[in-house]
Amino acid sequence: MFAESSLNVRNKRVQNLFRILFMMMTILLIIPVIIILGTLIAKGGSIISFDFLFTDPTNGMTAGGIFPALLGTIWIVAVALLASVPLGIAAAIYLNEYAGDNWFTRIIQLAIINLAGVPSIVHALFGVGAFVIFFGFGTSILAASLTLAIMTLPVVIVSTRESLRAVPQAFREACWNMGATRWQTIRRVVLPNAVSGILTGIILEVSRTTGETAPIMFTGAAFFLPFLPQSVFDQTMALSLHLFVVATQVPGVPDNLPFGVALVLIAMVLLMNSISIAFRMYLRGKKKW
Amino acid sequence: MHTASAEIIENTIPEYAIRTRKLNLWYGTFQALFDVDLNIRNGMITSLIGPSGCGKSTFLRSVNRINERLGYVRINGTIDVLDKNIYDPDVELVQVRKKIGMVFQRPNPLPSSIRENILFGHKLHAGGGKTSKADQDEIVEASLRQVLLWDNVKDHLNKKATDLSLEEQQKLCIARLLPVKPSVLLMDEPCSALDPKGTAAVEELIWELRGEYTILIVTHNMAQARRASEECIFMLMGKVVEHQLTQDLFVTPDKKETADYIEGRYG
Repeated sequence: MFAESSLNVRNKRVQNLFRILFMMMTILLIIPVIIILGTLIAKGGSIISFDFLFTDPTNGMTAGGIFPALLGTIWIVAVALLASVPLGIAAAIYLNEYAGDNWFTRIIQLAIINLAGVPSIVHALFGVGAFVIFFGFGTSILAASLTLAIMTLPVVIVSTRESLRAVPQAFREACWNMGATRWQTIRRVVLPNAVSGILTGIILEVSRTTGETAPIMFTGAAFFLPFLPQSVFDQTMALSLHLFVVATQVPGVPDNLPFGVALVLIAMVLLMNSISIAFRMYLRGKKKW
Repeated sequence: MHTASAEIIENTIPEYAIRTRKLNLWYGTFQALFDVDLNIRNGMITSLIGPSGCGKSTFLRSVNRINERLGYVRINGTIDVLDKNIYDPDVELVQVRKKIGMVFQRPNPLPSSIRENILFGHKLHAGGGKTSKADQDEIVEASLRQVLLWDNVKDHLNKKATDLSLEEQQKLCIARLLPVKPSVLLMDEPCSALDPKGTAAVEELIWELRGEYTILIVTHNMAQARRASEECIFMLMGKVVEHQLTQDLFVTPDKKETADYIEGRYG
């Protein structure tokens, strides 16, 4: 009575076909990641050492370490965060918690989406015009960081907004009906419950910012500098640009040096992302709706 | 001296907690309430019944002005709560919300501890002033005792409120209104998310609270209106059809529509 019919057999065969097809595509996805990491470790792993990380480059960048570039990247990313995070979070809070859905907010929304779509080289030229020349910061950490900040602002706004939106409306209702103002509601209920998502977004932004090259090469990152930056108005070396330079611009660089730089760069990004994931898991475990 | 002044305050408590005059309400161009004139007695439980869309929830939501958040709601007429029209320009919304608490269909405790939930409203309205730990403990205990929840939760006040059962959550949602000393409690189908046992428990609690608070409760459940209210209002198509003592409304309704509804001929 319940025996298999030929139609059942055919349907099952098709179903299996698709399952295997999609599984193979998924596996295909992780192959590049494995190859990239594998190549970098195989070719650049040998150069990684304490000295590599913490000494200056020597012999026209064909030997020595990457300390100025490593430090410069940290500088640029930190200053970019200081600029973009408060601005982005404030904008996201305004858009999600205060502003209604009207033509004004829709235009802002559109602007944010477009800002996210602007190519990084265009941001770089904007940075030159605005920060280097118009505001007179010169090519400096400040100009480079502000350029990066503008570029990553949409990411911060969008991710923050998503986290705010994920806080159930019922919590806000509960607060408002007890006579809480918007700000009291945001401060006491919305932000505490959105903070894990907001922080995750910020850390992801950090990892993106770390690798950017174009926006900083005209605005603040230097080819080679024999000294470390003393303030945000100095130029600095940066890992991403340094990688470009040693890989293509300098003759006689030993093979493992660019791979080593790339490995450090990618390790920084992966480290950031892992922290972000661990953090999110920790905070998620604590909350329950 | 002390008792004399207490008596004066006692005497000035108005007979009606909520009085509406010619209350009309529109959602955009759709009129949801028509000339609603109601006198809701102080310290009593009044239930609002009627078929879906009859305006009972709309009415409830205009009594603490949460309707206006929608933006496209227009109102004329007056709603006096404790003899003051809450739509007067000199009325501060925060004060309205303090005096008039609201309980929702789905319990909506905040995602913090039981204790924090109770103290939330209190802290909100305490300004910068710090309340001592002992005072806070007292507030928490008194509020939870009043909603018959104290014995169940006294040993784990720091437990997450969202881990409680729905019945306990709903009781907690009522309890957290009490520290700011409201006069009126609005309840929008407070038992509809609960099982029969939870419903019975929350109804029992509502019954306990009468006298001290004026309670206006919207319900779909006629048996509940009958069990748990003293006066009952039947609404239909945005109009008040009948307002009577609950026992009279269910036994000898004046209007044919009411009789038809309570006998289940529509709704």
